[in-house]
Amino acid sequence: MPGLEDLYREIILDHYRSPRNRGELETPPAVKALGHNPLCGDEITVFLQIDGDRVVDVKTSGQGCSISQSSASMMSAAVKGKTVDEVRALVHRFKSMMSIESDDPAPAVEVKMGDLEALQGVVKFPVRIKCAVLAWNTLVEAMAEV
Amino acid sequence: MSGSSTDWSAVAADFPVLQRTIDGGRLVYLDSANTSQKPHAVIDAMADFMRNSYAPINRSAYRLAAEATDLYEGARDKVAAFVNARRSREIVFTKNATESLNLVAGTWGRANLGRGDVVVLTHMEHHANIVPWHMLAAERGIEIRWVPLDSDGRLDLTDLDRLLDGAKLFSFTAMSNVLGTITPVEHLCAAAHRAGALALVDACQYVPHNVTDVQAWDADFVTFSGHKMCGPTGIGVLWGRETLLDAMPPFLGGGNMISDVRLDGFSCAELPAKFEAGTPPIVEAIGLGAAVDYLTAIGMENVRRHEIDLTAYALDTLISRFGDEITIHGPRNVEVRGAVLSFAFRDIHPHDISQVLDQTNVCVRAGHHCAKPLMRLLGVNATARASFYLYNDRRDVDALADALDGASDIFGA
Repeated sequence: MPGLEDLYREIILDHYRSPRNRGELETPPAVKALGHNPLCGDEITVFLQIDGDRVVDVKTSGQGCSISQSSASMMSAAVKGKTVDEVRALVHRFKSMMSIESDDPAPAVEVKMGDLEALQGVVKFPVRIKCAVLAWNTLVEAMAEV
Repeated sequence: MSGSSTDWSAVAADFPVLQRTIDGGRLVYLDSANTSQKPHAVIDAMADFMRNSYAPINRSAYRLAAEATDLYEGARDKVAAFVNARRSREIVFTKNATESLNLVAGTWGRANLGRGDVVVLTHMEHHANIVPWHMLAAERGIEIRWVPLDSDGRLDLTDLDRLLDGAKLFSFTAMSNVLGTITPVEHLCAAAHRAGALALVDACQYVPHNVTDVQAWDADFVTFSGHKMCGPTGIGVLWGRETLLDAMPPFLGGGNMISDVRLDGFSCAELPAKFEAGTPPIVEAIGLGAAVDYLTAIGMENVRRHEIDLTAYALDTLISRFGDEITIHGPRNVEVRGAVLSFAFRDIHPHDISQVLDQTNVCVRAGHHCAKPLMRLLGVNATARASFYLYNDRRDVDALADALDGASDIFGA
């Protein structure tokens, strides 16, 4: 049985205790999307401000478990300042790290996962994959609102 | 078993899943409010039937079919006796309690409720006793009223008569699957009848853990499921007053529930077949009958007493070890609560609590427990929930407390 140290890595707990980019953005000009995990009650709202082809600001609000909240925090830090194409590439790479199949082909853009690598341990606990992916699915929905 | 003290560790040994070790550790199953483990007696009864006596019921003239029919109807008789129904024909087998509740809403409800008619529920109901009524509200404009809760997690009955005024149905739980609160069922049925309403009791959490007497309750409908009372999945029960069931239109249409089918119409079978369309869950009914035998031999009053002891020990242990760090929802008085303990622990999310507890094989549920209105009332999205049954003991309470210490270690001070 995989140990919890694979799941609750220090960097994850850090993002959970001190989540980055918490709050809200004025909509418009930002857009927002709501996501929730009906199984356990995790909720998230992703606020996204895009200027041209670049994410100029992102904030998240909501409540949930350490995995969903830390993933949201790491997601926000990873996408802030990136181009839309880079964000799509990040989403694709993150989902495949979570062993989620995608219909879309892998984007051509190179992106670094950085802190997000810490969430790799989640795949050993399949029940928690939905928690890790929640913020990312909500991000994709927010991008569709632009 | 009356007069002698039950050997609860011998009872636990009857349950094969509980003999498993995971990573060398004992399994501590604290999720019986969700679904219960099965004793050898139930497993063997179902396997023996499939090996030796399996045949269709009610339809064929050969001896094997007669044997199978006797076993199936015998299970019905056992369930009837278990809840003190007047007659076996008042016991309808469904696939689960949710289906039983939908049966009442869909047949009695549709035949008797129209625009503006009032159904009274409570704030502690499970979604299975909420959603069918919302569906009727959308379909034909019935009005739903809600009995509120007090700060102790019990029903606030101050305004009960006003809420029931003009109501046609009062549908309420006998025991909350979140708070453990046991409601004053007889009192509530009487209040409903005084107001001219029928009383439907959702007894899913109650029947597996208490002596049940539908006649003493003076209820009109009672719903419960097999899998929460040591029986298999796929079988539920609706008990209904005979005159009510006779007057209700059928639920599902098909074979077995008819007496005649013509090109221009059909006529219904007698009770209980009227509400049992198609091939019934024969094997599962026999499993439920075996579960009733098993529980009856132990004695439901003994099961209740065992759980009162465990609940008192759990409350004492958790509160003395964790003080302000733990909030246990529901009444403090163990006489009015079952062994279901929803709790908040420090500010650790229930999902994380259940993950950490799983490391030491302590199985609890995390989530909204199909009671989202109650969650909102408690001001949370989710809770962790530990629930005890006849196969748990004080060691399991200690294991839960030790595992919570482990959660503190990971998530820090």
